[in-house]
Amino acid sequence: MTAFLNSTRAELLRLRRWSAIWVIIGAGQALTLSFGYVFNYVAYKTGDDNFAEDGATSAQLLAELMPSAIPDVIISGLPMFGGALAMVVGALVAGNGFGWGTWKTVFTQGPSRVAAVGGSLAAVTVLVFAMMSATLVLCTGVSVAIAATEGQTIAMPVLSDLAASFGAGFLVLEMWALLGFLVGVLAKGPALAVGLGLVWSLVVENLLRGVGGLLSGVESVTDALPGTAGGSLAGAIVGGPNGTPGVLDAISGERALLTVAAYVLVAGGAALVVMRRRDLA
Amino acid sequence: MKELVVETDGLTKRYGERLAVDRVSMTVERGEVYGFLGPNGAGKTTTLRMMLGLIRPTAGSASVLGRPAGRPEVTARIGALIEGPGFYPYLNGRDNLRTMARYQGLPNAEVDRVLEMVDLADRAKDAFKGYSLGMKQRLGVACAMLGSPDLLVLDEPTNGLDPAGMADMRALVVALAEAGQTVILSSHILAEVQEICDRVGVINQGRLLRESTVAELRGAATLRIRATPEDTALAVLMRMAGDEGVRRVGNESLEVDLPASAAPEVVRQLVSRSVDVHQVTVAERSLEDAFFEMTGTTSTEQELVS
Ligand SMILES: Nc1ncnc2c1ncn2[C@@H]1O[C@H](COP(=O)(O)OP(=O)(O)OP(=O)(O)O)[C@@H](O)[C@H]1O
Ligand SMILES: [Mg+2]
Repeated sequence: MTAFLNSTRAELLRLRRWSAIWVIIGAGQALTLSFGYVFNYVAYKTGDDNFAEDGATSAQLLAELMPSAIPDVIISGLPMFGGALAMVVGALVAGNGFGWGTWKTVFTQGPSRVAAVGGSLAAVTVLVFAMMSATLVLCTGVSVAIAATEGQTIAMPVLSDLAASFGAGFLVLEMWALLGFLVGVLAKGPALAVGLGLVWSLVVENLLRGVGGLLSGVESVTDALPGTAGGSLAGAIVGGPNGTPGVLDAISGERALLTVAAYVLVAGGAALVVMRRRDLA
Repeated sequence: MKELVVETDGLTKRYGERLAVDRVSMTVERGEVYGFLGPNGAGKTTTLRMMLGLIRPTAGSASVLGRPAGRPEVTARIGALIEGPGFYPYLNGRDNLRTMARYQGLPNAEVDRVLEMVDLADRAKDAFKGYSLGMKQRLGVACAMLGSPDLLVLDEPTNGLDPAGMADMRALVVALAEAGQTVILSSHILAEVQEICDRVGVINQGRLLRESTVAELRGAATLRIRATPEDTALAVLMRMAGDEGVRRVGNESLEVDLPASAAPEVVRQLVSRSVDVHQVTVAERSLEDAFFEMTGTTSTEQELVS
C-alpha cells in the first residue's frame, strides 16, 4: 500500500510538470467553451435560429446557456472530443515510458510492478477528475456570467442532477483514458496508440453504428462498444440525443453505465496484467 | 566464507534462436567492485537485466541479497543504471530524481545529495532533454545512488563521458568502494576494469568464460627477448618454458612465460648457444592480452608460434 501511494505521488509529480498534459486539458476546456456556450450565445445574440439547432427558439437557446443547464453541458462534449482527449492522455502516460526507458527506471526503484503501474493508473484517474472539475468550474462561471449579463435570475441546477452528470462524465472520460493507457501499453509507444485509438473512437465506431442500423447482427456488436456505451450514458443524462454528435440512445442508461464501468475495470486490469509479466528490454 | 551479494545459477536467456546468456553462474561478494567484462553483444546487459527482474530468465536463477532476483524488497535495495539512463525528457534533472525518490519514499534532500556526488547540482534546473550525453549518464548514476543501496549495478557508466568525466566516474566508484559499497560494473574498457575492479567476470557470446581477480587473470609477468639468430633462440626458450610458453610478438621479439627472476639464466643459456641477446625486458601481461586470448579474438600484433 505504501508502495502504491509512493508511486501515485511520484507519477503525479511528473505528470503535473508535463506541458503536454496541460495542453490537452486546455484544449478540452476550449472545446467545451466553444460548443457549449460561445456558438450558442452568438446564435442567440444574432438571432440566427439556424445556427445551432434547427428551429430552436431564442428562449430555448438561452435556457441552454443558463446555470440550470450545466449538467447537460458538462457531459455533452465528452462522448466526442472529451473521450478522444482522455484517450490521448492515457496513451501518452503509458506509451512514452517505453521509448524513454522510464518504465525501466521506475521498475528498478523498489515498488512492485503492480504498485508502480497501479500508481500510474491512479494518477491518470486524478487527471481525469481534474479535467472534469475544470469543466464544471468553467461552465459554472460562464453560465452565471451569461445569466447576469442577460438579466436572468440565477437558478442553480438540482445538486443530484449535477452529481449524476459529473459522475457519468467522469466515468466516460475514465473509460477512454484507461483504454488509451492499455493501448499505449500494448503498442509500447504513444504514436501508434494515439493514432489507432482516435481512428477507432472517432471513425470506426461511427461507421459500424451506421452499418448496424442495416444489419441486426452488427448492432449487437456495436451496442457493446465503448463509444456506444459512453454516448448512451451521456444520452441518458441529457434525456436523449440532443443534436451533439456522439450523444446516443442506442442502449439504456443502466446498461450503458454497466458497460462503461466494465470497460474501466477491464482496461485497468488488463494493463496491470500485461505490465506485470512483461520483459522490459 | 565471504557473504555473497549476488549468486546466479545457470542463468540463461534465449531470444528466438539466439542464446543471449548461456548458463551463467557468477558470484559477487559483499564490499567488492566486480567488473563484468565482455565485447559488444556478449550478454552483459541481458544478465544484469535478469538480476534486476526486468526480464525473466529462460532457465536458471539469480539470487540477490539472499533472495530471488526481481522481488520488490530486493529491487528496493539495489541502485541500477541499465543500458543508458531512462528519464522524462521534459522534466529537469532535479525533478526527474525527485520523481524517482518519491517512488522509493525518499525525501528531496536525498536528491540534492546525489546531485552533488555526480557534480550536476549547478545544471539540475535544466531540462533533461537538453543535457549532453555525459550529463545524462551522470544523472543516471546519481539516480542509482538514491537511498544508498546495498548493491550498485552500473552498466557501462562511463559510456559517453569525456576523459575527465571518465576519471571522475572512476574516482567516484573507487570512493564508494572504499566506503564499503558493493558495485557491479559492466564495461568493455579494459583499462577501466583493471584500474578499479577487485574481481572480474569475463563473458563472451553469452558464456561466462572466467571469474577471478584481475591479477590472476593477467597472470604472471613474462619476459620479452630480442635475440638473433631467432630460430636458435626459439629452440632454447622452448626447452626452458615449454612449447606453449613462447610466442612471437611483432617481428623481432619473443615473449616467454617465465618470471623476471629467470632472466639471468635465460641469458646464460642463450649466450652459451652463441645467440646474440639484444634486449631483455620484463613485460607485464595486460588485461587486454588476457582478454583477447580468452575471447578468441586475436589481438593484431600477437600470434602463437607454431
Ligand atoms: N530484446 C531482445 N531481443 C532479441 N535479442 C536480444 C534482445 N536483447 C538482447 N538481445 C541479444 O542478446 C545478445 C546480448 O545482448 P546484450 O545487450 O546483453 O549485450 P551487451 O554485452 O550488453 O553488449 P554491449 O556492450 O553492446 O552493451 C545480443 O546478441 C543481442 O542482440
Ligand atoms: Mg550492454
